[in-house]
Amino acid sequence: MNSFEPEIQEALFDYLLHLGDNRLVLGHRLSEWCGHGPVLEEDIALANIALDLVGQASHLLCLAGEVEGKGRSEDDLAYFREAIAFRNFHLVEQPRGDFAFTIARQFLFDAHSYLLYQKLQNSSYEAFAAIAAKALKEITYHLRHSHQWILRLGDGTEESHRRTQNALEDLWTYTDEMFLSESKDEVLVAQNIVPELSSFRGEWEKMVRDVLTEATLKVPEENQYMAKGCRQGRHSEHLGHLLAEMQILARSFPGAQW
Amino acid sequence: METTVNNDWPVWEVFVQLKSGAPHEHAGNVHAPDAEMALQNARDVYTRRGKACSLWVVPSVEITASSPVDQGPFFDPGNDKVYRHPQFYKVPRGVKNV
Repeated sequence: MNSFEPEIQEALFDYLLHLGDNRLVLGHRLSEWCGHGPVLEEDIALANIALDLVGQASHLLCLAGEVEGKGRSEDDLAYFREAIAFRNFHLVEQPRGDFAFTIARQFLFDAHSYLLYQKLQNSSYEAFAAIAAKALKEITYHLRHSHQWILRLGDGTEESHRRTQNALEDLWTYTDEMFLSESKDEVLVAQNIVPELSSFRGEWEKMVRDVLTEATLKVPEENQYMAKGCRQGRHSEHLGHLLAEMQILARSFPGAQW
Repeated sequence: METTVNNDWPVWEVFVQLKSGAPHEHAGNVHAPDAEMALQNARDVYTRRGKACSLWVVPSVEITASSPVDQGPFFDPGNDKVYRHPQFYKVPRGVKNV
């Protein structure tokens, strides 16, 4: 195991929590569709993607625990932290909404993950690069799934178009946060452990614009209030409710086994 | 299910190939609005737990099936027609998949 300078260790722990929490929270949100999907096939697809995300979170939080070096497991980190200690985007904690909202959110997130993980698989921290390379295969499929659905919903019926456009308008305020540089990440960028977010923002914007245009959807207005602060533990009210449900079992029966 | 969904998507038959060179075998079917989504649905429904290397999806309406009433004339076993069974020669050892 690598031994890091205290400054890097602290930053890396926080970054791994950030990446892990994004996937844990989004995976949990997506799992809420289980049994409620619009058709059986899509129900299974969403549950598969939810499981992939929770699996990715498990790897990241496990590594975070190792980097922290205080003996915390991925379960300790997932189930025994309060909302203020979570580092996930506002985007992923929003209630699941309708199917168009879920697909629009997945698409915006998948495009970001896809570009980020292409860089992360070349991280100078080998353990991190290895789990990124493994997840990239899943992410490539997730993006294909959400991309194909955006095309069909946007260019589908009048109702599906309207719902998807509304979803994008509601979600747009959470997109800027995906590219906000944090000063605490600078040491990681300097060590080539993580990429600079600005290095793929242009690609993300182009990918989103191209797909939305093909789907006859409009890219929402740029000049609007943008949510921020997730890396400092600022969240919407929705995260607390989500965590209460997700954590109740582990907190009621600590150490419970299947 | 959330609300009543008017699911008039067509049905697609799914064929899964487990390894390169093996035959594509019928696995079941899925609903999907078009071929690309049928492939995605087939991937999620039929390959998520095991390995697969290739998938085919075919619109079910494109399949021509034999009719049950044809059973006699179509499938009368040829057991009494000895000339139909090429079993009078030996297969060399080492030849597989015969």
